[in-house]
Amino acid sequence: MAIFLTKDSRVLVQGMTGAEGSRHTARMLAAGTDIVAGVTPGKGGRSVDFGERTVPVFGSVAEAMTETGADVSVVFVPPRFTGSAVEEAVEAGIPLCVVITEGVPVHDAVRFRALASGRTRIIGPNCPGLISPGQSSAGIIPADITSAGRIGLVSKSGTLTYQLMYELRDLGFSTAVGIGGDPVIGTTHIDCLQAFQEDPGTDAIVMIGEIGGDAEERAAAYIAANVTKPVVAYVAGFTAPEGKTMGHAGAIVSGSSGTAQAKKEALEAVGVRVGRTPSETARLLRATREGGSP
Amino acid sequence: MDLYEHQAKELFGRHGIPVPAGRVATTPAQAGAIAAELNAPVVIKAQVKTGGRGKAGGIRTAAGPVTAEVEADRVLGMDIKGHVARSVLVETATVPFEEYYAAFLVDRAEGGFLAMVSSQGGMEIEELAATDPDALVRLPVDPVAGVDAETARALAAKAGLPEQAAETLEKLWRVLVAEDALLVEVNPLICTTDQRIVALDGKVTLDDNSAFRHSWEQEEHADGLEARARAKGLNYVKLDGEVGVIGNGAGLVMSTLDVVAGAGAAPANFLDIGGGASAKVMADGLEIILDDPDVRSVLVNVFGGITACDAVANGIVTALELLGERGHGRPIVVRLDGNNAEVGRRILSDARHPAVRQVSTMDGAAGTAARLAAGA
Repeated sequence: MAIFLTKDSRVLVQGMTGAEGSRHTARMLAAGTDIVAGVTPGKGGRSVDFGERTVPVFGSVAEAMTETGADVSVVFVPPRFTGSAVEEAVEAGIPLCVVITEGVPVHDAVRFRALASGRTRIIGPNCPGLISPGQSSAGIIPADITSAGRIGLVSKSGTLTYQLMYELRDLGFSTAVGIGGDPVIGTTHIDCLQAFQEDPGTDAIVMIGEIGGDAEERAAAYIAANVTKPVVAYVAGFTAPEGKTMGHAGAIVSGSSGTAQAKKEALEAVGVRVGRTPSETARLLRATREGGSP
Repeated sequence: MDLYEHQAKELFGRHGIPVPAGRVATTPAQAGAIAAELNAPVVIKAQVKTGGRGKAGGIRTAAGPVTAEVEADRVLGMDIKGHVARSVLVETATVPFEEYYAAFLVDRAEGGFLAMVSSQGGMEIEELAATDPDALVRLPVDPVAGVDAETARALAAKAGLPEQAAETLEKLWRVLVAEDALLVEVNPLICTTDQRIVALDGKVTLDDNSAFRHSWEQEEHADGLEARARAKGLNYVKLDGEVGVIGNGAGLVMSTLDVVAGAGAAPANFLDIGGGASAKVMADGLEIILDDPDVRSVLVNVFGGITACDAVANGIVTALELLGERGHGRPIVVRLDGNNAEVGRRILSDARHPAVRQVSTMDGAAGTAARLAAGA
């Protein structure tokens, strides 16, 4: 089992004919993803040959869904067109829309998030997407650094996701979700924690956070009330100075709020063990399985 | 991007929100000239992107041009919480009869917009929220419908603001939308004795991601290395320590800084070279870091996800060739892991560069870089 994305997911790629879109479509196909369509306005009727599969291109998401039964969209279009691309996918009624694009205006994200409410699950923007190893990959997470297993992972950061997936590759993952580092995102830590808690294929959860906002504090409260599976966590940015954006648009300590220390304390207060380094976090996860101390 | 007060007020003025008459000055003589032009008592306000200016002595009044020049001279160059006042706003002194608070902002937690309005303005909003939470009205704003005249009137009434403030609230919302702002805040928004609503202060944070659809002027006084890095398109933040850090991915780099600190050293910078990590980007990054005189060792921490480590290793080798003698012999500790890590490590060991040492784990590499920075 897995969350949000399984071997039965039928994936379309918005922006598949662009450089990034076609490169990552080839990678997703190699990871076993059932890519059924590409969407590029004005380029409907063509197709793209990826060797093992020729993927038809449609002019709209609605048409692609009707013709192919696609139920997941992965968005690779440039920032200035991302808002309208996502709104189109939402209007077409796609159940899951994964927005990889970095640099999407926050107002656009607020708008498509509001429009999607109750219709479409949006993951991202500015995220690596999600992968259910051995089943399907929607986004840019490398498929060959880990294996299928029973750990669930949710993270704001791409490379830290890869780092933990790699460190725990012998145990393997049900699903790893990169929710993105922007201030406004479609799917939160809490949404993923809830899905992992309900997923019979997930035994334990790794949660990765970073400075900025209070998503980790809220997740801690949610865990205390709703999650019975073991959760370990890692938080990045203890040394980040106040008022500086650290790479991710949302990664900023404002005044005394959004600090890594506050997030760590909130998680530890509800019994979540927080690693000081990614490696220690991996050891803490192993310890939850063995029932001993790391 | 945070705006200076004078930039925020220019935006407000353009959107029809009343602000005191005034202009920005960078010399005492200019300040005197502006005061003479205004022909009224003025306020001299330090232009720094931080709060607490008043307490620090960065806001002063002057009866006329002569005192304005003297006061501007005292404020210019003043250091307020690490922010140097390189300019002052000289504007007509405006006496409040009542002070309010008004803001619209992006609510990260809810992924929407939020209005915050209070009839108790003037103090820091965190202080107000703590001392008198009931006096602060917080209302979510529908991102599609926005704030129209009716919503603005309801908001003003709920917060106990006079009716004529509603129009200003509506215009303030329009500033947020039209300028792609993450925050517009007026504190205090005042009502004068003659019943005029005036924005006495202004704080605006613009969304850098939306720069492509605006023509904002940049007024930045960044650290020299930060400005150079930005010109090269690098994601760099200067810090106070002695271990230079390069990595791929914002989260991994933040994590690397923490691990360096955990090893007993202090990171000299944040530098994310992103997913591609080409030889050119690696060379640009190493050059900026090695030009930082505080740097005593460098830690390159790369996890090969999409990019394979052999490509990264080739990038490092080429970068070191491009840099030649400019490294001044400072040690470079490299940790490569993930995709094709073994091939990448072999490329680096075959290159036999005297400055490069390889350590296979992130924690171990941080420890080595910290030791080398300490001269051990």
